[in-house]
Amino acid sequence: MNIYKYASPTVFYSLAGKMIPWFAIPAALLFIAGLYVGFFIAPTDFQQGDAYRIMFIHVPAAWMGMFLYVLMAFYAGIGWAFNARLASMMAASISVTGALFTLLSLVTGSLWGKPTWGTWWVWDARMTSTLILLFLYIGFISLQAAIDEPRRADRAAALLAVVGVINVPIIYFSVQWWNTLHQGATIRILNKPTIAPPMLAAMLILLAACWLYSIAVVLVRVRYIILEREQNAARVAAVAV
Amino acid sequence: MLTMFRWIVVRDLTLAWRRRADVLSTLFFFVIVVSLFPLGIGPESQLLRSIAPGVVWVAALLASMLSLSRVFENDYHDGTLEQMLLTPQPLLLVVLGKVLAQWLVSEVPLAVVAPLLGVQFDLEPRTLWILFLSLLIGTPVLSLIGSIGAALTLGLRGGGVLIAVLILPLYVPVLIFGAGAVDASIMSGNIQANMLLLAAFFLLALVFAPWATSAALRISLE
Repeated sequence: MNIYKYASPTVFYSLAGKMIPWFAIPAALLFIAGLYVGFFIAPTDFQQGDAYRIMFIHVPAAWMGMFLYVLMAFYAGIGWAFNARLASMMAASISVTGALFTLLSLVTGSLWGKPTWGTWWVWDARMTSTLILLFLYIGFISLQAAIDEPRRADRAAALLAVVGVINVPIIYFSVQWWNTLHQGATIRILNKPTIAPPMLAAMLILLAACWLYSIAVVLVRVRYIILEREQNAARVAAVAV
Repeated sequence: MLTMFRWIVVRDLTLAWRRRADVLSTLFFFVIVVSLFPLGIGPESQLLRSIAPGVVWVAALLASMLSLSRVFENDYHDGTLEQMLLTPQPLLLVVLGKVLAQWLVSEVPLAVVAPLLGVQFDLEPRTLWILFLSLLIGTPVLSLIGSIGAALTLGLRGGGVLIAVLILPLYVPVLIFGAGAVDASIMSGNIQANMLLLAAFFLLALVFAPWATSAALRISLE
């Protein structure tokens, strides 16, 4: 079987359409399961009360925000190096989901911070570097939006993503060092080193749900991007009807 | 190859000399932005002294954004850049030459004026010296990283604003350690570590950024 034929956007369009339910339905089921475990089975934290339960969304969202940036840069790089249109479209599709997860992790983080730390925002190393990660996503998306010619937009955004990936660790460590230099708030995200098994289970189930959700939503969005870009290809027109 | 490099630098310096107003306006922008902060925050010298490193450094980042959007712009519009891409000499040399000229013309004056602005913020002579040195080591990194953004946004609508969105997040490490060095000097802390890290960023950027800028130029001009 020749798997390279799926690198053609028109062929991938129908494959993606068939794949979406296989990711979307398990994602919905795992969300329900994870939220059930998180709200009804996981015990109340003895220090933070029930406020800690926002962690079940917050931690998976933060992880997804970081993973998706690397994945996006990977796809963008493939699209640039091998001149593969579909890979660039995947990168464009992932960037929006990644930016939204990063935003979600910032918002849930500050909602969690208010009852536990008493403040909406702390210039803690992790929060600051997540904020900068969001800025990098915004840069990628706005560069792609500013260039009218799709292939030039793909290549330019790919270069920016690759530069960003090299910079992310440098930014992370400099922010961390800056924080210790300034003797900032020395708050640990989790006050206890250990975490109760149901809590961990709920978090991992929701992480899996976020992964499946991301794949499903990225496929949905990439189908729209294919339709938009390949509207002149007769086969897409045939498939889209 | 070196003749080519020298030719690019001399040419860009001559062009900058003929358009002195452009260069000066960036410098005045820097001076004005820094001078606005005491007006907005209040004249207490204790407070001013503690915000001075950050204010001067952030203003330097913004000022270098302004001048960077012009690095390739004019050559792009009159077609010179395309001819430069076609020369048999490596594109890296063109990029390095243009970045060096941009640094000499637009960034070195910032570093020279900065101590004067530091006096407004009641900094001590030793700290002024550190401020000058940190800007002198840090601004080449700004030019090198910024040239990637300048090449990517060539000929785009609203390129000047876009380059800021793309590049300012990448400036974070330089800002942290540049302002950190001056901060450390105010609180008599460890300056050397900050300076060495700035120098390390400079070397890293010197190796990788011209390569990325050349690739970006090829993307923008194909």
